[in-house]
Amino acid sequence: MLRFIVRRILGAIPVLFGLSVILFLFLRLLPGDPAIAILGQHATPELVAQIHAALGLDKPMYVQYLNYMGQLLQGNFGSSFIDGRAVVDTFALRFPVTIELTIGALIFAVGLGIPLGRLAARHPNGWIDGLVTVLSLFGISIPIFVLGYTLVYIFGVELHWLPSFGPIDPRLNVQPVTHLPIIDAVLSGKPGNVVDAFAHLVLPAIALGSIPLAIVTRITRASVIDVSNEDYVRTARAKGLTNRRVDDRHIMRNAWLPVITVIGLQVGSLLAGAVLTETVFNWPGVGSWVVTSIQNHDYIVVQSLILIFATIFLVVNLVVDIGYAFLNPRIRYS
Amino acid sequence: MVIRAAPRASRGLWRDALSRLFRNGPAILGLIFIAIFVVGAVLAPIIAPYDPTVGTLALSRHGPNLTHLMGTDLLGRDEFSRVLYGARISLVVGVVAVAFGLVFGTAIGAIAGGMGGKVDTVLMRVTDVLLAVPGILLAIGIVAWLGQGQIQIMLAVGISYAPIFARLLRGSLLALREADFATAARAEGATPARILLRHLMPNALTPLIVQATLALATAIIDVAGLGFLGLGPGDPRAPEWGEMLTDSARFLQNAPYLILFPGAAIVVSAIGFNLLGDGLREAIDPRLKR
Repeated sequence: MLRFIVRRILGAIPVLFGLSVILFLFLRLLPGDPAIAILGQHATPELVAQIHAALGLDKPMYVQYLNYMGQLLQGNFGSSFIDGRAVVDTFALRFPVTIELTIGALIFAVGLGIPLGRLAARHPNGWIDGLVTVLSLFGISIPIFVLGYTLVYIFGVELHWLPSFGPIDPRLNVQPVTHLPIIDAVLSGKPGNVVDAFAHLVLPAIALGSIPLAIVTRITRASVIDVSNEDYVRTARAKGLTNRRVDDRHIMRNAWLPVITVIGLQVGSLLAGAVLTETVFNWPGVGSWVVTSIQNHDYIVVQSLILIFATIFLVVNLVVDIGYAFLNPRIRYS
Repeated sequence: MVIRAAPRASRGLWRDALSRLFRNGPAILGLIFIAIFVVGAVLAPIIAPYDPTVGTLALSRHGPNLTHLMGTDLLGRDEFSRVLYGARISLVVGVVAVAFGLVFGTAIGAIAGGMGGKVDTVLMRVTDVLLAVPGILLAIGIVAWLGQGQIQIMLAVGISYAPIFARLLRGSLLALREADFATAARAEGATPARILLRHLMPNALTPLIVQATLALATAIIDVAGLGFLGLGPGDPRAPEWGEMLTDSARFLQNAPYLILFPGAAIVVSAIGFNLLGDGLREAIDPRLKR
């Protein structure tokens, strides 16, 4: 087991290294000179040279890359051109918001997807199965922003059931402590604040969770049907076990494995989807920061965020892989 | 070899697959949706009742009515005509993007799967790196790098799909290399290039075709997503569905139809390609159907 874990961790390192090289080149090959971007139109050759020296841009490429890597390893991702703040600092303020949104979406997708998949698998090609298939087809075919605005229109504008914008009502003046909106609301000690924070999470979590929901449902359905056809399931039924017991003990135990892998893979689509979701719902998370940074041509931020997102994605999948090997001994030795 | 007699043998496979496809209800529905999308795109200049770029300010944000089937936008332009012209952009950009992805991905996958060894290892590590950037983020990064414009978007979306195609093709090639017909060709003294191109590739193409069809659905959604984020073609005269949504989001309260129609257009075309892709998969490999 330990060997497996070490092998998988070592396997992720070259990927991150490769990504850092690509992102480094991406930044260096960008049209335009960062010195000009900083100085604006009043750049003189002397000032440009000064900035180049300050940023190390006058050194050969490989030296620049080594410097950049050295900084990265110390957790220094550079600073925004726009407000001069360190990427890491702004990230620390914004990431909790994205975490809350992502977890909300994941709970929605997994919490609904697994029961729906099991339900559909009970009678393959029955009417419930058909309905679930149509729903998941919609889930993968509707863009997050289209679903997002549709939800805002129905539940926000028309029905006034749920708030549509931001992670919490700013008028409540909840003090940011952890920057996780729900936790901060809990810490404020007012139940009303907690309800408000949860209400704000509902629509964005549904919009962001729709694609993972569709995928988790499909995989659960396929996996349950697969396992249901196994001989040992027939044996279990033949010896007179209740359906419930067969479902829980014989089918789900084995059907879980592919579902877990797919849930891990969804973290990537959730992080990418957060870019769109936070834009629709005005959440001040990392996703909307990517968008504003692109609009401001703040490429250091864009580059750092892509690297951070990829790292999170790799780490989550590493954890999933290891968990999977833990659950399924056959994987460890292959 | 079977491949030599390609016209006859493959007609069997494809005719069977096609007849299964045409008996598959959902796939037919998908084809109908795609037909609506393609016909709307191709015939936009004929069908569209108005110039999509010229509006009458006095008609700003009128709801759907008999003269303007889908209403008018902020600048009083006919929404129906804009949705039709938007289909042209989505179709062209989506198809070309997937084609770029197929070309890059097939080249990488064929070289990696065909040559094996160190080349394979290096190429697969590169695709691992690209696959580590989740979803549309890679495309966002590439557009931010290349700048806005139709070609850039096609390249960005295409490059972000290439690793998926490369992986898929390499996987099939590795499996096929050990197949009896490949061993036979090798024994007959065929060159590696010939084995790859004439024997392995034709057999590895079917999963690629299925994946490419499904990728068209994703491409339409991703292209609209880039437009929505302000990374669209950036031509104010050319209506792009994602950009139309961004422009109208402010008027959600008074003019929800400006979100509804372009949104529905994206969903219908994406559903079409998803249904067709699933249908193709089942038609080519009937064992998959349950």
